[in-house]
Amino acid sequence: MTKCTVKVDFEKINEILKSYNYEKSSLITILQKVQEIYKFLPEDAITYIGEHIEGLSPATVYGVATFYAQFSLEPKGKYEIKVCDGTACHVRGSSAVLTAIKEKLNLENGKYTTSDGLFSLEIVNCLGACALAPAIVINGKVHAKMTPEAVSVIIDTLTKNESE
Amino acid sequence: MMNLLETNIKKEQEKAQEYIKKQGLRVLVCAGTGCLACGAREVIEKFQELGASVNVMTDEDKVTTVPTGCHGFCEQGVLVSIPDLNTTYVKVKAEDVEEIFNSHIKEGKPVERLLYVDPATGKKALHTNDINFYAKQTRAALANCGKINPESLEEALAVRAYEALAKVLTENEPDKVIDEVEHSGLRGRGGGGFPTGKKWRSVARYKGGKSYVICNGDEGDPGAFMDRSVMEDDPHKLLEGMAIAAFAIGADEGYIYVRAEYPLAIERLKLAIKEATERHFLGDNIMGTDFSFKIHIKEGAGAFVCGESSALIASIEGERGMPRPKNIHMAEKGLFKRPTLLNNVETFANIPLIILNGAEWFSSMGTASSKGTKTFALTGEVNNNGLIEIPMNTTLREIIFDIGGGIRNGKKFKAVQLGGPSGGCLTEKHLDMPMDYDMLKKEGAMVGSGGLVVMNEDTCIVEVARFFMNFTQHESCGKCTPCREGTKNMLAILNKIVEGRGTMEDLDTLEELAEVVKESSLCGLGKSAPNPVLSTLKYFRDEYIAHIRDKKCPAGVCTALTTYTINQEKCKGCSKCARNCPVGAIDGVIKSPYKIDQSKCIKCGACMKGCAFGAIELS
Repeated sequence: MTKCTVKVDFEKINEILKSYNYEKSSLITILQKVQEIYKFLPEDAITYIGEHIEGLSPATVYGVATFYAQFSLEPKGKYEIKVCDGTACHVRGSSAVLTAIKEKLNLENGKYTTSDGLFSLEIVNCLGACALAPAIVINGKVHAKMTPEAVSVIIDTLTKNESE
Repeated sequence: MMNLLETNIKKEQEKAQEYIKKQGLRVLVCAGTGCLACGAREVIEKFQELGASVNVMTDEDKVTTVPTGCHGFCEQGVLVSIPDLNTTYVKVKAEDVEEIFNSHIKEGKPVERLLYVDPATGKKALHTNDINFYAKQTRAALANCGKINPESLEEALAVRAYEALAKVLTENEPDKVIDEVEHSGLRGRGGGGFPTGKKWRSVARYKGGKSYVICNGDEGDPGAFMDRSVMEDDPHKLLEGMAIAAFAIGADEGYIYVRAEYPLAIERLKLAIKEATERHFLGDNIMGTDFSFKIHIKEGAGAFVCGESSALIASIEGERGMPRPKNIHMAEKGLFKRPTLLNNVETFANIPLIILNGAEWFSSMGTASSKGTKTFALTGEVNNNGLIEIPMNTTLREIIFDIGGGIRNGKKFKAVQLGGPSGGCLTEKHLDMPMDYDMLKKEGAMVGSGGLVVMNEDTCIVEVARFFMNFTQHESCGKCTPCREGTKNMLAILNKIVEGRGTMEDLDTLEELAEVVKESSLCGLGKSAPNPVLSTLKYFRDEYIAHIRDKKCPAGVCTALTTYTINQEKCKGCSKCARNCPVGAIDGVIKSPYKIDQSKCIKCGACMKGCAFGAIELS
């Protein structure tokens, strides 16, 4: 993993910590707020939070950040693709959709963001949109009843829009 | 003062009903996740635009578009229901709205092409209650879902929100509330099925100091979305249920733990809490009494294990969501080491109904040991996907073939997976079994949270078992060894089998491991993780053997055991498959047979689906 260098605005982090009273029990919410800003959790932010909440250490914060699937320690792509692999999507062919996306974006062996930073891929458990199975979400928009061909067209369109 | 309470809520109700009446003809457009993805936003805007153009003499002439929560029939979205005309339109697009408006609303002529067609009889459903999907259900917890605007307290009040809370506060006898819940026979709807009244009583024993009510809305079970529907479509019912529980056990603070994947539910709950607090249905001195109850929302961060009660508490406290040993009961020392009551969303949603309609009403439905109704998310290879609610004595056959409209594309029913990764599968011979907690458990399945995934002959059961094991292995928190190592080894064996490298001894090891993990894991996740493997081994052992001995996947799903080839005689060289192939694995010259490069093929089957000549073969 290449170490990401993002300039962390400690002033902002402090504001978040303050609004939650530096409370230990609000750690998850605090991390969610920080991730809202950077779209991932920069290492410097984790360390800072660990040092400024009483009863916590950077290691404990790192432990919490790595425990929950929602938190990412790596930057996400401009287009965040979430592929649902819940049961209903799975029996209706989400694996083929997932393989097609990986092939198309050249993502393999634990790599989840494209080299140009345009796309990142995440597999989620269930979006609760089972009647639309297989479903994917790109930047919050649900795409229903996906097929390997359809997803390939969507990615082509997004790539084309970017280059224009 | 006591009677004043009930008089006041009646007044509020009358005001709310008046407000509804003034809306004239109500057009209910589903704005649930499914329908939004199919363009509900545009349909709503079009209806609003046309509604505004109507010349209004009196309120009755008005046409009001109401964006509602999920109607449940997600397969047929966008759904538009007009109760005054007793009609439901399906698969509505923005461009259809004008026709509905002009033909049906103005001239009284229904738009036939947008009516639901029964897949079994081919008949069009002119009236909402002609649709089997709805007609065969009994909606109680979901009664208001899709009928009201979830972002309006007024609409909730019109359908009796907070009346049950007013009733218990008037009577002011917390123990009587617990008695009523106990008599109703309600059992936990999150999966365990523990008697709710008994649970409440065990927490009420520690009354006096600070205690908490927690609602578990971490519906992590893939293929289940009942709780999301209650939170998104009728949030006040959940809040009211929690408030009644808090009153009964003497708590003044509550948490709703909602999974992060449900942003709409979080948004609507926050709004509902705000509105209810402003009108004194929540917060300090509720409805002018001494009773106060505050509710906070805690967003989960994506960990299935947090559906487990002690892990959920750890997560609310800001820690890694790992289960704690249960030698100390959470009724005594739960959240922040205080007495804590934890129930599932649907359990709470049933409470106001039990208080209003009485325990007898509730216990008149269901079986001897499983009372009332239960919601299920009916998904997979069934015609009518969606959210359903049925009395607990309803059989699988009624669910799949009456409500669900049978198997899609005329295929054959194979199995149904109940209760997700913690549950098991049931087969054809169980079709006439009711959805009873204990009967299902005896057969190796469980009611669970209510995910009901139907599988047809094209589903590979071994692959499904592998899928669930992959899920639980991934979600195992790693605290206890049996779950951490056991699920890993079970998954490795299942991977071997679907890749065609399994041995017959592997099946014995798999069963042995399953028993160990089941018996010795710390929490429910590990204890139930082997269930899908055990139940599929019980009912579909021959499929496992086919993968191992014959190196064949009978359903043609397991990619390592299948190859796609082009029959050189049947292929006309139309190039369609090459164009359909997402990875460019097919090559050839127009008008002569094409070929698949096996090293590039990802076995997605796109070529086969598109071929007009049946030239693509699967072996």
